[in-house]
Amino acid sequence: MSQATATETTDEGVIESVSGPVVTATDLAARMNDVVYVGNEGLMGEVIEIEGDITTIQVYEETSDVAPGEPVENTGEPLSVDLGPGMLDSIYDGVQRPLDVLEEKMGAFLDRGVDAPGIDLERTWEFNPEIEVGDEVAPGDVVGIVPETESIDHKVLVPPGYEGGEAVAVEDGAFAVDETVVELDTGEEIAMRQEWPVREPRPTVEKETPTTPLISGQRILDGLFPIAKGGTAAIPGPFGSGKTVTQHQLAKWADADIVVYVGCGERGNEMTEVIEDFPELEDPKTGKPLMSRTCLIANTSNMPVAARESCVYTGITIAEYYRDMGYDVALMADSTSRWAEAMREISSRLEEMPGEEGYPAYLAARLSEFYERAGKFQNLNGSEGSISAIGAVSPPGGDFSEPVTQNTLRIVKCFWALDADLAERRHFPSINWNESYSLYTDQLDPWWRENVVEEYPEVRQWAVDVLDEESELQEIVQLVGKDALPDDQQLTLEVARYIREGWLQQNAFHDVDTYCEPEKTYQMLTAIQHFNDETAEALEAGVPVEEIVDIEAASKLNRMNTQEAYEQYIDDLKSEITEQLQELY
Amino acid sequence: MQKEYKTITEISGPLVFAEVDEPIGYDEMVEIRTPNGETRRGQVLESTSKFVAIQVFEGTSGIDRQSSVRFIGETLQMPLTEELLGRVLSGSGEPIDGGPEIEPDEERPIVGAAINPTAREYPQEFIQTGVSAIDGMNTLIRGQKLPIFSGSGLPHNDLALQIARQASVPEEDDESEEGSEFAVIFGAMGITQEEANEFMDDFERTGALERSVVFMNLADDPAVERTVTPRLALTTAEYLAFEKDYHVLVILTDMTNYCEALREIGAAREEVPGRRGYPGYMYTDLATLYERAGRIEGRDGSVTQIPILTMPGDDDTHPIPDLTGYITEGQIYIDRDLNSQGIEPPVNVLPSLSRLMDDGIGEGFTRKDHGDTANQLYAAYAEGEDLRDLVNIVGREALSERDNKYLDFADAFEEEYIQQGFETNRGLEETLDLGWELLSRLPKEELNRVDEEFIEEYYVEDESEELAQTAD
Ligand SMILES: Nc1ncnc2c1ncn2[C@@H]1O[C@H](COP(=O)(O)OP(=O)(O)OP(=O)(O)O)[C@@H](O)[C@H]1O
Ligand SMILES: [Mg+2]
Repeated sequence: MSQATATETTDEGVIESVSGPVVTATDLAARMNDVVYVGNEGLMGEVIEIEGDITTIQVYEETSDVAPGEPVENTGEPLSVDLGPGMLDSIYDGVQRPLDVLEEKMGAFLDRGVDAPGIDLERTWEFNPEIEVGDEVAPGDVVGIVPETESIDHKVLVPPGYEGGEAVAVEDGAFAVDETVVELDTGEEIAMRQEWPVREPRPTVEKETPTTPLISGQRILDGLFPIAKGGTAAIPGPFGSGKTVTQHQLAKWADADIVVYVGCGERGNEMTEVIEDFPELEDPKTGKPLMSRTCLIANTSNMPVAARESCVYTGITIAEYYRDMGYDVALMADSTSRWAEAMREISSRLEEMPGEEGYPAYLAARLSEFYERAGKFQNLNGSEGSISAIGAVSPPGGDFSEPVTQNTLRIVKCFWALDADLAERRHFPSINWNESYSLYTDQLDPWWRENVVEEYPEVRQWAVDVLDEESELQEIVQLVGKDALPDDQQLTLEVARYIREGWLQQNAFHDVDTYCEPEKTYQMLTAIQHFNDETAEALEAGVPVEEIVDIEAASKLNRMNTQEAYEQYIDDLKSEITEQLQELY
Repeated sequence: MQKEYKTITEISGPLVFAEVDEPIGYDEMVEIRTPNGETRRGQVLESTSKFVAIQVFEGTSGIDRQSSVRFIGETLQMPLTEELLGRVLSGSGEPIDGGPEIEPDEERPIVGAAINPTAREYPQEFIQTGVSAIDGMNTLIRGQKLPIFSGSGLPHNDLALQIARQASVPEEDDESEEGSEFAVIFGAMGITQEEANEFMDDFERTGALERSVVFMNLADDPAVERTVTPRLALTTAEYLAFEKDYHVLVILTDMTNYCEALREIGAAREEVPGRRGYPGYMYTDLATLYERAGRIEGRDGSVTQIPILTMPGDDDTHPIPDLTGYITEGQIYIDRDLNSQGIEPPVNVLPSLSRLMDDGIGEGFTRKDHGDTANQLYAAYAEGEDLRDLVNIVGREALSERDNKYLDFADAFEEEYIQQGFETNRGLEETLDLGWELLSRLPKEELNRVDEEFIEEYYVEDESEELAQTAD
């Protein structure tokens, strides 16, 4: 975080009271959201309320032992992040302190009062200029390129707050992030590192309508409820229903250029899993290690609650910065409910008037401000970039009527509803196909028609209709049993079962099944459709339904998912189905 | 020596407010002496330049405005030494076994610092508990936090004891004695004397006490003390695991009583309550306990947690199980119906889950078919369960042959696989083979969660025929 690089302080006050993460100070000249250092140990905090002479501060570290009378120093600057090369392949806490550096400094347990800059100030990077002396540059323009990781070229941008002008000096070669690489005639100096206050969106020219899907390699998402590059989605579900696995799957397989993964108030082991797994996994698009396009932010449930409040802002600001370079960024926040709870906890310590279920009245506003920062944008430099934001929601008792779920659903356009019932029977991903929706389907259909196959939207509609019919039939079955249904409806149930078990189910832990390309998603569905059509014909020809559903090839519909050479398998399967049915009449 | 104040202004529930004229640290320890000479310990909950709010662990009864207040100048510490093994301590860490005073090698604040996620090692070592419902279906991993969700009057303690007795790591048995040693930390919060005896008798009977540290806060002990008991237990566990290389199993019971204590303190402070009157910060508070499980890179020991909680009204949407489930790495459900059917242990596997299972089983860990077998057992049992409802309406005859097989499967699964008794220690192979024996009563084609290669190898061919014949 950038405050670690600033040493000056503008004012000093005195602690008046301490209660958990909330500290009040007197005699401190400060503005709202200024970053301050609290107590003898200099714990980092942020001003969240000013009333007369009393300034209220949320502290990003443990406050045990901090006492009234200790000093508070103001930096005079809002909470900001460091932006520059070195953020990818990194893991930060909620206020952008690099966790690996902290480990070096203080060992396996997180101590406090230790600070470190968000990007390494010593390390040098190869700066390749994109402009020459005499060129005019404006805010947002690319002045040079730094190979940041194997897969990502980091573009050095004129900071948005600059005036811009003619370049009078342009460097080329290895530099540290704070060294000037371009100098303008206005006297402005551009280095590879810049800062940005996290609570303020970085400027763009305009928001555009997204028309390309963010392909996730997850059949139920790509196939039924797609999210656009630049779209927003919520994954609500009770504990253990698959929010984190879905988020991890997206972080692994989504065809974004950059992934920002925010672990907000969740488990330490889950972050460790990412840290251990990602360097070993390959980006299906580039073949490079996944970690080289990933930035992790981990503020686990036992880390200070105020830093949990800020971690989503840190994440989205980093995402915006890469978007400004023209990249498609995917941001996952697991879980936004913990963020909302952090707001509630701080708010109640401030004795603010509580809104619904104790959440502050500004909950809805904060949520929509956050999701508004996602989208497909035209950047200041004319390039196009996007941020797709996918937030997990953890409703108490799994009840979606609670405020965080409800306020999120009013904003986001994809709703991936997880279902405890499906999870219990180990139907994964346990996304309920009746309840979930995507409002992007229509605007993404042209992409499917053009890039996968012309018929895709029709095939999908067929599948949706079968599933709908199944849920109606299931109600009858619950009353009278399956055998009481007419033969054609029994067949429909069978077809629906293959859609559910063979197509919708996808095992995140199976080497092949974990990722399914759009072409395969489509092909698998046509095989089930083929089964549907051929069995209907057999029934028409008078073959008893028990014999039809009993054909040997049928159970192979549930094995297409694990086939690597799926084209051959599916072709063969289709002919087998036809042959075996024809033998019956 | 620290200054003594006789400035108590208010006593309310477990809280005492006192005026001060020097700065007092947040969280600092306090000693309050009543006029008749008793000492009570407490902790600073809020500190301002003029007054402090103190939470008193041993209860406020007997404290009056004449009582004196002394601030210790540091936060609550746990005295630590390997000699703690074999000892029984009170819920606030005082020896109650008549043994010698504890001579600590070091002291540590009981509010443990968070483990840096980069320093963690992802838990992957299978712990064999000898319980099929766990080993086969919800595998426990070293460094995991896996709670038992139970209800009042159910045999959760028997299961916890069975796990504590039988837990072993297979490869260690045959390799060498050099591996890290195993220790049990038992943190009791508000349990009855009877329950306490049950645990202590078992510990003594099996000789487990020698490698255990017991912290006892009983039902008639002060409620507020319960907020420190698990922290003392976990501080001890971390010390033994990460300094002394023990594999520590921490059993905390009953977390429901712990949460009640939190609620009581919240109410006394007149905080805005969250769901059902529990504090809004209960998630964070519980996380600071449960997250103290795990493994650390470069250290040999581990902390595995089995917290036990009784769900009020058997309702798992109640904030206590709900918030717990959101933090822990799965949960084991004890089921009232299975219990009344006499199934031991009465574990309902359907809502149960071990999230660390996937990475700790399979080839190189347990057996290559483990994951698929477990998935298939789940799916088949769930299907059988569904059909039970239907049978009640339409009767067995109205169901197809396939459906009837699933019904039989569900019954057999409960009576043969889950049922094993609290004294039986089943090996993993035995559990997995038993699973196949049951699955083999279903037609091969139904086993779509299992790789064909495993069906080839493990499917018991004549099971389904045999059954078909007897059905005729
Ligand atoms: N796509 C999947 N494939 C296979 N298993 C899955 C899948 N999704 C979820 N699971 C299983 O479900 C378990 C729980 O999933 P997950 O940890 O994602 O739940 P969650 O919704 O994030 O819960 P919490 O709110 O408690 O964090 C996983 O450990 C895994 O066993
Ligand atoms: Mg999760």
